[in-house]
Order: sequence, then structure tokens, then C-alpha cells
Amino acid sequence: MKTVIPIGPFHPLQEEPELFSLTLDGETVTDVDVRLGYNHRGIEKIAETKTWDQDTFLIERICGICSTSHPIAYCNAVEDCAGIEIPERAKYIRSIVGELERLHSHLLWLGLAGHFIGYNTLFMWGWKWREPILDLFEQITGNRNHYAMIKIGGARRDIKNEDIPSIRKCLSGLVPPLEMITKAALDDPVLHARLKGVGILKKEDAIKYCAVGPTARASGVAIDVRKDEPHAAYGMVKWNVITQEAGDVFAKAVVRLLECFESVKIVQQCVDGLEKTKGAEFCKEVENIPPGEGIGHYEAPRGETFHYVRSDGANRPVRHKIRAPTYVNLPSFKASCIGQTISDVAITLASIDPCYCCTERVAVIDPKTRAKKHITGEELVRLSQEKTRKIRDGLLKGSI
Amino acid sequence: MNLKTWGLKKSIWVFHVSSGACNNCDIEVLDCLTPRFDIERFGMVLVGSVRHADVLLCCGSITKQAAPRIKRLYEQAAKPCFVVAIGGCACSGCIFKDSYNFAGPYDKIIPVHAYIPGCPPKPEAILAGAVKLLSTLK
Repeated sequence: MKTVIPIGPFHPLQEEPELFSLTLDGETVTDVDVRLGYNHRGIEKIAETKTWDQDTFLIERICGICSTSHPIAYCNAVEDCAGIEIPERAKYIRSIVGELERLHSHLLWLGLAGHFIGYNTLFMWGWKWREPILDLFEQITGNRNHYAMIKIGGARRDIKNEDIPSIRKCLSGLVPPLEMITKAALDDPVLHARLKGVGILKKEDAIKYCAVGPTARASGVAIDVRKDEPHAAYGMVKWNVITQEAGDVFAKAVVRLLECFESVKIVQQCVDGLEKTKGAEFCKEVENIPPGEGIGHYEAPRGETFHYVRSDGANRPVRHKIRAPTYVNLPSFKASCIGQTISDVAITLASIDPCYCCTERVAVIDPKTRAKKHITGEELVRLSQEKTRKIRDGLLKGSI
Repeated sequence: MNLKTWGLKKSIWVFHVSSGACNNCDIEVLDCLTPRFDIERFGMVLVGSVRHADVLLCCGSITKQAAPRIKRLYEQAAKPCFVVAIGGCACSGCIFKDSYNFAGPYDKIIPVHAYIPGCPPKPEAILAGAVKLLSTLK
């Protein structure tokens, strides 16, 4: 007998509102579907009404956890459009803030993963060791989250030399607990029993579903924007891309934990760079953005985030498009969840470190049949032509 | 103070509602539960069902799709139920107030008893807000 189990939209398992419909045959999941739109705030449209500089603050508020990844990708896109090369010191600052964010995000995921499988000790540990990083953020940027450090042309504010010893102290203080938590988590028989062989995403499936970030790297696909297309300071420092072959939830945890050590390495080298470029310029004056289009991407903690902007030479973007990592990773549930038991699906859904506030799109639902509406490319063209016609008619009649 | 309020003040059960948030206030709410801030020393426990909740911790601007659900969620909660709006978006709509999908800040949809502004408010601020709410109960 087939049963449909809804998870959401307001469910204790999830922090954000979204609805997963699991179709079950007995205990086994035979299909999984997601309905989004509860969190859709229309950021792409708001971005068109604000100036280039105001947009960096708006884009930061796409997501609270990747709140530096999105602005970096956006600024990369605008700088690509305007042909701006940022100063060396700004590159180090961007990498430092980006990597500290990855550290706190991965610890956050580890804690939440523990919470989801009912292992609250891991939750408390992970979040306890995340606090010093947030304190450091508060010291160097002025806020625990939403750092507002990125600006078109460089960084909004400098990292002061007086803050450098505390960055080093925080990092050296973080390594022993990280090692402890890594060993504890990876040697734990409970975690082995609960996570190994669960939610396997095979390498060919990861490629087929275009998975990105730790989700792909845990399946043996060495894809990382920081290595593939180095920007900020990633080309100037030494670090490794972490991959695992198994593709299960355990491998994803291993990838994230080992990435933390790489992030520590990157920040340490970037801090050396900061000391070398002491007193140098950290932001270029940007007068205006010429007409054209630009793309920018950045390896957010969850995978590649991609931004596209189009300028007509005015003080605001004509079009701004965002493609967040979770949006790309969501379809991989079709490969990893189907065939699992319902108790394993909860952690498999959490294993991609989903972030729905980045992902949100509008879904048009017919209330009678409860079916989703799919819009094809031709229909989109027709809709936009109709809208242009409406605006033109309105202009002629003088009603707009 | 009657017996019911006295009991309520000793152990407040909170439920976390998020609607169109950027996740940051949600994370800070969860942060209150973890060892550094430890909201449980005030007798507060995060519960999984709104039917068990005394306080709704609400984050984020309300989107059009979430608005009817939030209303239903509030109706399902056993009364007295207090609503705390956490963060700039929940209090006023903040940067998202001009969005086409914005249905209003929380006080347009359900009654709100306490506002904690900030983007995001620090866990200390959330604790202070919760304690202030407790002190108004008579």
C-alpha cells in the first residue's frame, strides 16, 4: 500500500519552511518530491530597484549562513562586468572572511546532523566550538553574522593589524577541539552504524544530477570553484581539495570535517599575506558600472553559488540572477533517497546541508488538482513578449 | 498571579516558526539552546509541536504563501500563547518590505507580544527579550 508522508512546511526537523512529500511503500521510500515557495522573498526583483552598492547588503540577506559567499559572488560578477581588478589586500580579506564562514558553517552542519539523528552531544559540541569563530567575526567585522565586509572593488573595511594576533589565537585554539571532534565523530560506532551506507550518491549520479560542493566531493567528483577558477586569494595559498569515494552521509561528514582543517590552513596563510600588505589599499574607487553583463561564482560552504548581473550603465542592475548550491543539489535526492527506509531519509535530506532561503523559487500550484505548473522556454518567451506589449501599450496610453 | 501563570513562568515551552527568513535569526535562536547561552536555565525548552507551545519564536518576513499557514499555526497553539517577533524582518519587514511576495510583518497576521529588533539580534538580546516577556506575566 502506498502512503504519502509530508515533512513540513513547519516541521521540528527543519528550521525553514519547506514541504517534502515522501511516497512510501511500507517502510521504503519510493518517491520524493519537494515543494518550495514558503520562503520566497523576491530578492532578484528587489535587487533591480536598489543601487549597485545597496545590493551587496540585500544579497547578504539571501542566506544567513552563506552571508559572505553571495556578496563575493555578486561582487565578482559586477567586477567582471566593469573589468575591475581588486587590490591584493582585499583578496586576502575576502578569503579570510569566506573561510572563517566555511568553518562556522561546517561546524553548524555537524551539530545539526547530530541533532537530526538524535545525537545531541554532537550538536552541543559542534555549536560550542563554533562560538569562538563568531566572537572573532564580531571583533573583526562588528557583527556575529551578516558581516558586510565585501564591497564592489574590494573590501568595505580593513582588518586591523591589532586584530591579527586574535585571529591567530582563535585558529590555534580551534585546531585541538576540531581534531578532537573529528576523531570522536569518525570513530563513533553509533555514527558508523547510523551514517555508513546511508543515502549513497554514486559518482555517475553526482555527475548526472550536477551536484556541487561537499555533496559532489563526497562522491569522488573533485569539483571546487576555489581550485578550478581561483579568485580572491585562493590561487596564492597552498591547500587541497578534499574528496571521498563512498558517497554516503558518512563520507559527506568526513569531507566537511577535513575541509575545516584546510580552511584553517588557508586563513593562516592569508593572515601572513595581510601582514605583508600592511597599510596597502584595500578597496578601489568604483565610479560607475559600464553597460554589459558579468558572471561571478564562489565556492560557498554548500557548493558553487553563481551570480549573473546585467548593466545598462545606470546605477542599478537591469537583471540579477542567482543560482544557489542547494538548488542544484536538491535533485540528487532522487538518486540518494529512493530505496531508503523513512528513518534514514531524514538524515539523507539533511546531508546536502540544505539551505532553502538561498534556493527559493516560486512554484505555481493549481489548487484543485494540486499539480505543479511547468513553464517551458517558449512559454517564458511568450510571457515576456506579452509583458513588454502591456508596458508599451501602458506607456502609449500614459497610464504608467 | 494565579496558579496557571505561576506555572507558566517556571517552564516556558517555545516553538520556533520561520517564514521567509534568511536563516540567521533561526540559527541565533538555536544558538540560545547551546552551551554558551543555555536558555534551558530559564526553564525554556524547544518543543516539536505547536500544540505544546507557550511561546512562538517567530523569525523572518511573512511571504504570501506562508501567511495563511502562520495564521493556522497560531490558531492551533493552546492559549495563552505569546508571540515573540525576532529580527528586523519579523518586526517591520526590513529590506524585504517592498517585495511582491511580502504579506506583512508578524503583527499584521497574528498578535505579537514582544519585539526583538536586530539583524540578527544577538542571543543575549533574545534572552533579554524572553526574560522581559516573563516579567510582564502577572
